[in-house]
Amino acid sequence: MRVSLFITCYNDTLFPETGKAVVRVLERLGHTVEFPAGQTCCGQMHWNTGYQAEALPLLSRFVAQFKGAEVVVVPSSSCVAMMRDHYPKMAEQLNDAALKREVEELLPKVFEFSEFLTKRLGLEDVGAYYPHRVTYHASCHGLRNLGLGDGPLRLLRAVRGIDLVELQGVEQCCGFGGTFAVKNAEVSSAMLAEKTTAILNTRAEACTACDNSCLMHLQGALHRQRTGVETVHLAEILASDDGTR
Amino acid sequence: MSGTALDPRTAPVFPMAARSAMGDTQLRKNVRHATDVIQGKRARVVGEMPDWQELREAGKRIRQHTMAHLDVYLEEFERNCTKAGGVVHWARDAAEARRIIVDLVKATGSDEVIKIKSMTTEEIQLNPALEAAGIHPFETDLAELIIQLGEDQPSHIVVPALHKNRQQIREIFRTKMNLPELGERPQDLADAARMFLREKFLRVKTGVSGANFLIAETGGVCVVESEGNGRMCLTLPETLITVAGIDKVVPRFQDLEVLLQVLPRSATGERMNPYNSIWTGVDAADGPKAFHIVLMDNARTEILADAEGRQTLNCIRCGACQNACPVYRQTGGHAYGSVYAGPIGAILTPQLMEMEHAQSLPYASSLCGACYEVCPVKINIPEVLIHLRNKVVEQNGMRNVEALAMRAMGMIFQSERRFRAAQRMGRIAESPLVRKDGQGQGWIGWLPGLLGGWTQVRDLQSMPKETFRDWWEKRGTDGK
Ligand code: SF4
Repeated sequence: MRVSLFITCYNDTLFPETGKAVVRVLERLGHTVEFPAGQTCCGQMHWNTGYQAEALPLLSRFVAQFKGAEVVVVPSSSCVAMMRDHYPKMAEQLNDAALKREVEELLPKVFEFSEFLTKRLGLEDVGAYYPHRVTYHASCHGLRNLGLGDGPLRLLRAVRGIDLVELQGVEQCCGFGGTFAVKNAEVSSAMLAEKTTAILNTRAEACTACDNSCLMHLQGALHRQRTGVETVHLAEILASDDGTR
Repeated sequence: MSGTALDPRTAPVFPMAARSAMGDTQLRKNVRHATDVIQGKRARVVGEMPDWQELREAGKRIRQHTMAHLDVYLEEFERNCTKAGGVVHWARDAAEARRIIVDLVKATGSDEVIKIKSMTTEEIQLNPALEAAGIHPFETDLAELIIQLGEDQPSHIVVPALHKNRQQIREIFRTKMNLPELGERPQDLADAARMFLREKFLRVKTGVSGANFLIAETGGVCVVESEGNGRMCLTLPETLITVAGIDKVVPRFQDLEVLLQVLPRSATGERMNPYNSIWTGVDAADGPKAFHIVLMDNARTEILADAEGRQTLNCIRCGACQNACPVYRQTGGHAYGSVYAGPIGAILTPQLMEMEHAQSLPYASSLCGACYEVCPVKINIPEVLIHLRNKVVEQNGMRNVEALAMRAMGMIFQSERRFRAAQRMGRIAESPLVRKDGQGQGWIGWLPGLLGGWTQVRDLQSMPKETFRDWWEKRGTDGK
């Protein structure tokens, strides 16, 4: 399959390893990967903070980049949620019939990374090897907006060598929420503290998720507290192997 | 907090109020415990309903349909209520509603009223208005009684005293009811309240109530409750005055079949409310001899006119969103500076109060969606929050640091060239802040200005040397 990647502004700039991991997994599975160079940002930060006028042009940009794609894979549940929940309304707002049609055609082809593997390809075992104790945090957007369910966990369970441990309160928000972490820093920190306590209680070496925004938030506290616990995007775990392939 | 009415016009902004609420460890413990208990009960009784999602969808449809034809159903209600002997009053805003109620009470000649919990009377600050007119209101709902005696404010729409624990309640009863020997078992507290209230029920001849639903088809009014105090307030007085927002109407009696299933399960985790009272006008043989209902608008028609905000009016005030909200669970209700707290408060208050008085409330959410997930009538609260955030931004204009930064970022994202330049610039700009750790990895422990909130408790990893797109390009030319 020809897979077009939307790597997101966040991953591109701050977490390039996630994008590389996605490429690695998809190519290992025999797919052709392409990266439309003109892509930038889905507009989530602007839209969710109330800056609609700034977000709207980013919709047209996204559509122009991915119009002819067979499938679009995105390693971020919150960006996919942004598109599914808000792009149709944004197109409506722009009052552009052609754009609206293009959005309608494009959206069913857009998948979050784990969702693409489990729902579109029907896979669980992608040939990964990751001999570490890991716990999984269900990001709110993946959980509630995309309905990923236990898809990510099924992928993780199929990883050889992994010691997967359950996180207490796995469905609780980590407190990131984009600009929420800055605008309501105290409340955000209190939510974060609950989450990091739960992570430490698992005695896992690493916490994983389908979204680097949650992970960056968790990583920030885990590092500040010198816990030694790492955060790692699900794609990076799935991309790891023992070198025998 | 005590005594002063919650009003976003005078309250501090949410982050400030949240900070002080979060400093109160006892309050946080009480809120956490209470919401945990209710959520657990709710999950159990919702779990036993195989058709819960269908019920939610039905609830949403009933509410949507009602709002789409609100004028028709309100007139139908007025007609049928009048026919049954009720007197319908219309109030444009809180002041008018207060005036009507105070005048009605005065006309009875009574200087006392018994009240059954009503968020609407909190919304319009009825008690101070009654007191100013020389009328003493007695709250009869246990939680409202605790709030009233403790000179406190409600912090939850269903469980207004959920921020208090048993010891605190005992202390309030001991001093305010003058019971120095009061024990501390729940039974002791319930007995004390019962004794205190019974005397009021038998003596006071005027009742003031809220309403859960107004039934257009019959002109009936429905109140659901768990303590029986409502039943007393609705049947014993000679005059009953009910105040309800115009959003409380439902078209048919049969609609209660759905709403009275989803409401108690969502609100208190009960399969059914212990007391469901429906009264239609007056009856010579029984109950109050005079029944008045005040139908209050107070900004609701404006909300109705806003296509995106409209779904807020579908709310049946179950409070499930509050219990599920991780922000509310950290701060409790008072931090919202409004009688409506939590997710529903964050969307309702700014619309009821004119946005400029509640600009921080739409941002009091991480948009995690837990509220939407539990809402029994499927109000998409995150969607409304985002809509209101846009209104805040439009009101504030572009002359502030955040708006300028957002606009600049928007410009950057509109061009690949500018985006790449910004990525390079970011690496340069951050470099004075980056410190290397033992593993040679760079970290930022302090950020200036608005971003400082981040680094209070978190580090930030420095930007990697190479972006994904740089890697991708290189990989192309290197042939992997
Ligand atoms: S918004 Fe929904 S969950 Fe919240 S109080 Fe209203 S009906 Fe209940």
